[in-house]
Amino acid sequence: MQQPFRTAVLVLVWGWLLLLVLAPNLLVVGASVMTRDSATFISLPLNLDAYRQLFNPLYLDVFLHSLYMAAMTTLVCLLIGYPFAWALSKVPKQRQMLLIFLLIVPFWTNSLVRTYALKLILATNGLLNNALMSLGVIDTPMQMLYTEGAVIIGLVYLLLPFMILPLYAVFDGLREDLLRASHDLGAGRLSTFIHVIVPLTLPGVLAGIMLVLLPAMGLFFVPDILGGSRNLLVGNVIKNQFLDARNWPFGAAASIMLTLAMAFLMLAHRLSKRRIGEDGV
Amino acid sequence: MSRWLPRTYLTLVYMLLYVPIMVLVVFSFNESRTGYEWGGFSLRWYEALFNNRAMVQAMWNSLWLALSAATVSTVIGALTALALHRYRFRGKRVLNGMLFVVMMSPEIVLAISLLGLFLLVGLQLGYVSLLLAHVTFCLPFVVITVMARLNGFDEALPEAARDLGASDFIMTRTVLLPVIMPALLAGWLLGFTLSLDDVVVSTFVSGPSYEILPLRIYSMVRVGLKPEVNALGTLLLVFSLVMLMLSQWILLRSKR
Repeated sequence: MQQPFRTAVLVLVWGWLLLLVLAPNLLVVGASVMTRDSATFISLPLNLDAYRQLFNPLYLDVFLHSLYMAAMTTLVCLLIGYPFAWALSKVPKQRQMLLIFLLIVPFWTNSLVRTYALKLILATNGLLNNALMSLGVIDTPMQMLYTEGAVIIGLVYLLLPFMILPLYAVFDGLREDLLRASHDLGAGRLSTFIHVIVPLTLPGVLAGIMLVLLPAMGLFFVPDILGGSRNLLVGNVIKNQFLDARNWPFGAAASIMLTLAMAFLMLAHRLSKRRIGEDGV
Repeated sequence: MSRWLPRTYLTLVYMLLYVPIMVLVVFSFNESRTGYEWGGFSLRWYEALFNNRAMVQAMWNSLWLALSAATVSTVIGALTALALHRYRFRGKRVLNGMLFVVMMSPEIVLAISLLGLFLLVGLQLGYVSLLLAHVTFCLPFVVITVMARLNGFDEALPEAARDLGASDFIMTRTVLLPVIMPALLAGWLLGFTLSLDDVVVSTFVSGPSYEILPLRIYSMVRVGLKPEVNALGTLLLVFSLVMLMLSQWILLRSKR
């Protein structure tokens, strides 16, 4: 009696995932080792040209610049987010709920529209320049839009909640008795921070890095709106290769590099969790 | 440590997060065309928005896509969660792993892989390709929401139903479904919002036959400033806010 239902459910679920997750991903791996073809996108023979092209100085520069902007974004998010999550975990529980709600509201609102809102503020005759000029801080408007800084600001603005939430989770689970024990054993504030708090919050830090660093390399619309043509992300390269240049093997190889970066970060996260053990956090 | 320091800091960061949104809302009511100077209160940009046929069409397209993607992903996601929760089967860890990979992998990777698949099988890019793609990236979020609900659930009830002679299907419908209902609604709302906001995946898998709102906004904001976008952004903001409050309310109420 129960078998048909079970079978139907399993077939549906497996079918969907195999067809729309596994098969497409294998296809990308396959495309990355094939040859570019203007008519059919990809064709035989198999080769590693696309991967070699990744190290072409022209693209290598773009990738390194993208990695630099993503790393800066992650660093800024961490520097803002770490104390923020700590302070948040100290707020009375009742108010914490509201504050977390306020943190996820932006996650639910259109990221494109929020990026555009930054443009209103950063433009040459925008609000920030006007405000600074009327305060007498600067005489002539600064060029803020279409710079590397604008891209980083945009990425931080979109990704900050993704850094804060995992950090908040580890701070919230931080046991007061461990901190008191450290204090009782004679450790000062700084020493407790370095030897107790930092190691215990490390999984949250790594989770946050994972959630920020990767999207910070892929969100191609941020440079499109705020960065001009010189501040490209890996995402812009992949998009151009697939939609404009029609060089699928190269686009596929670039996206596989992103996937490998993700796998590496996930592994680091897992290892850090194992080192601390289930008991610590 | 004194108490005002953390509080000032929290307030400051919240201000940074919300100032751009507030600027957008305020400027959507700005009469002036240049967009930087306040030229008096006006609803002209809202009017311009609704007089733009292509825009209204894109709005309907987006709403319909979000509705269908949320519904399909909720059905499949709920069944997946039930299967993961109740059944032992081979490859369970692989299934879990695949869902995790979908959630974690950069959207652009998912986007190009799906584009490759659709072109390979000769699927015309449009509503169907968008639907398949949106359901796929919404799926893990629904599964997680429903799983969280199922994990805190008393196992004795399904056992009792089984002992009383209910088949798996009947038991699922009469015992499990009412339990996971709040999670289903919350998952549906999340899927709806994710679909409505998606830019990255849609850029790749949509075709000229089915224009959706985020892509229309994208082409508008790439060059210069468009005051209509302020109005549209404000509407989307209010809409998402209502959806979010609805889902929180459903989850909170179900906990009591």
